Amino acid sequence: MREIKILAIVVFFTGVLYWGVEPFAHSQMHPHVEAPDYTFEDVDGLQGATGNAAKGAELVAANCTACHSIEKAGFPKIMDDASSAASYGVVPPDLSSSGAIYDANFLAAFIKNPAKATKTEHKYVDGKAHPMPGYEWMQPQEIADMVAYLQSIAPKEMTNKEVFTDACQRCHSIKYGDFRFDGTKSSMLAFTPDENIKTYMGTLPPDLSQYIRSRGAQYLHEFINDPQKHLHGTAMPRVGLTEEAEKQVVAYMTEVGDSKKPEREALAGPFLGYLVIFAIFAWLWKAKIWREVH
Amino acid sequence: MAKIDESLFSVEGLDKRLKIKTLNKVMMTEYWIPKDINFLWAMGVVLATTFALLVVSGIFLMMYYKPDTALAFDSVNYTIMQEVAYGWLFRHMHGVAASVVFLIIYIHMFTGIYYGSYKKGREMIWISGMLLFVTFSAAGFSGYMLPWGQMSYWAAAVITNLFAGGSLEAWGLVEWIRGGFAVNDATLTRFFMLHVFLLPLVIIKIIVIHFYTLRIPHVNNQESEDIDYDAEAEKYLAGNKKEAKVIPFWPVFLSKDFAVLGIFLIFYFYLVFFNYNFAMDPVNFDPADPMKTPAHIYPEWYFLWSYETLRGPFFDMLGMKAGDIGLIIFGFAQIAFLIIPFIDKDPDILPAHKRPRFMIWFWVMIIDLLVLTVYGKLPPTGANAWVGFFATAAFLLLFISLPFVSKADAKARGAL
Repeated sequence: MREIKILAIVVFFTGVLYWGVEPFAHSQMHPHVEAPDYTFEDVDGLQGATGNAAKGAELVAANCTACHSIEKAGFPKIMDDASSAASYGVVPPDLSSSGAIYDANFLAAFIKNPAKATKTEHKYVDGKAHPMPGYEWMQPQEIADMVAYLQSIAPKEMTNKEVFTDACQRCHSIKYGDFRFDGTKSSMLAFTPDENIKTYMGTLPPDLSQYIRSRGAQYLHEFINDPQKHLHGTAMPRVGLTEEAEKQVVAYMTEVGDSKKPEREALAGPFLGYLVIFAIFAWLWKAKIWREVH
Repeated sequence: MAKIDESLFSVEGLDKRLKIKTLNKVMMTEYWIPKDINFLWAMGVVLATTFALLVVSGIFLMMYYKPDTALAFDSVNYTIMQEVAYGWLFRHMHGVAASVVFLIIYIHMFTGIYYGSYKKGREMIWISGMLLFVTFSAAGFSGYMLPWGQMSYWAAAVITNLFAGGSLEAWGLVEWIRGGFAVNDATLTRFFMLHVFLLPLVIIKIIVIHFYTLRIPHVNNQESEDIDYDAEAEKYLAGNKKEAKVIPFWPVFLSKDFAVLGIFLIFYFYLVFFNYNFAMDPVNFDPADPMKTPAHIYPEWYFLWSYETLRGPFFDMLGMKAGDIGLIIFGFAQIAFLIIPFIDKDPDILPAHKRPRFMIWFWVMIIDLLVLTVYGKLPPTGANAWVGFFATAAFLLLFISLPFVSKADAKARGAL
């Protein structure tokens, strides 16, 4: 009985200690933020308009392809990454998958006013402007048509890596995705060269290889959905990923940064099971030995 | 030299050459431990096992780790964590054991304080144990630097900078420790040497000394009863096992240790597989960047209470700078528990439940250390700073009051 009382005291104080230095300390250092909003309620989006993909095709060809490639629709890249980064400040995205990975309302709002939709207006002051001009002068129906077109050409299925590449890799490297020991160029480095992206963002966007360990899945979801919530004033744009696309991005970051997660989870059961058996035999042996002395 | 005919490969032959039967008696079957003990007496063996886990997992990690600022982070987080077979397991085991070993050290240490197992003959056990605490702390700190993450770098910068306080600065001590003006490649390489060679060597040596110091005064028991070991051992050996107040180290004492160890290992491996962030701070998965200070810099949880005594006095007073006062208190905190045998003025060896005033002292100390630990992690602003200040003051007052508290108990009992 006495031992159980002592154990209860040890467990209690260890528990208080753990609570204090982990959940409590983290709640103080990282205030809680609201859950991600995948409807992008705040944006001036489609406003219920339904687009016509055929009309959208003409509008996109006339308004977007001067800067953007759309490999899937036969508009190849006109410059290499370094040249387009030098021209625009950042490599413009290929639009082939935009209709799939970005929320339709967000996409409409973005076309109208990119800085506003991405919540980066604080960056574009004193004569600086977002590299993509806004299209607020267009009719809402025309914008809806372009969104409908982008959705019509977008792939139905994408791998986690493809979503990451299209959504993140223009600015972020994730070198563990293709780690090179021999100094050759990894295929998972940011498309925009370091010096351009530094000028564009004000700082070098971090390599995301270990972000699943350093930030954790929940933080990543909250952050990607709206970077301003956790890091007010950050240069990182809200990119407007759909819930599904965001899940795929975080899944890819897990595959790369915590690649042994499945092995860890599979090994835990047998490992702990063995120890339980060990503990049972140890207690039985102890009981047998101590019966002789008590 | 006597000629020995018995085969080397027989018990008799080995006994003739090495006296293994005598050794077994001295170390195992006739090494007497009191019977009146509880599971807290198993913490020594739990600690020895955890240290063994650290050594074994550390050896595997060392096969791939690269102590170079350009390579360290990737060698840990890519090579070991993603590429090497079960590298992640060894790293998790190492990181979690490094943290859990301190939990057990603290339990072991406060068991000693509660039962009065540090005084009147047992001072050397206590002193060697506290030396182990200091060397384990140094090993923990040097090891934390090796992954070369943000916390590695900034904790190293902040803690080595403590050696630039007051006149220490004039001696160039901090530059000597770092091998440069800032934490750099030379710092990483020498901390690697300390972590994988010098400190483990010293720890092993002190563990041997710690075991040796136990031998003559014997382990204490739950009621701090003064046992006549020769008489009780005789009873046991005569077959009067139930009546004897002692048990042999093997198999009786160790059978209980293994049982406790079984439970401990389930807890430990649960943490290794499922709940490791407390021991492997997420911030340290960002590579070290001397140009970017993290929002919150804090040491590992086991250093927080002494770290908070450093931050506690946050304003200048008594004609001294806040930082200097903090440094002095921090310096005292490192050796505070070492001096307990000398400031406990009670002539008797008794557990806290037989020393009413000391009992209160003990639990106030535990609560104060908990408060220091929790607030040691929080940003020292607003009310937090005042909590830290008063908890630090309480810490000092507890040590100042111990001679009086212990004397008062003795007087009330009529022992003084």
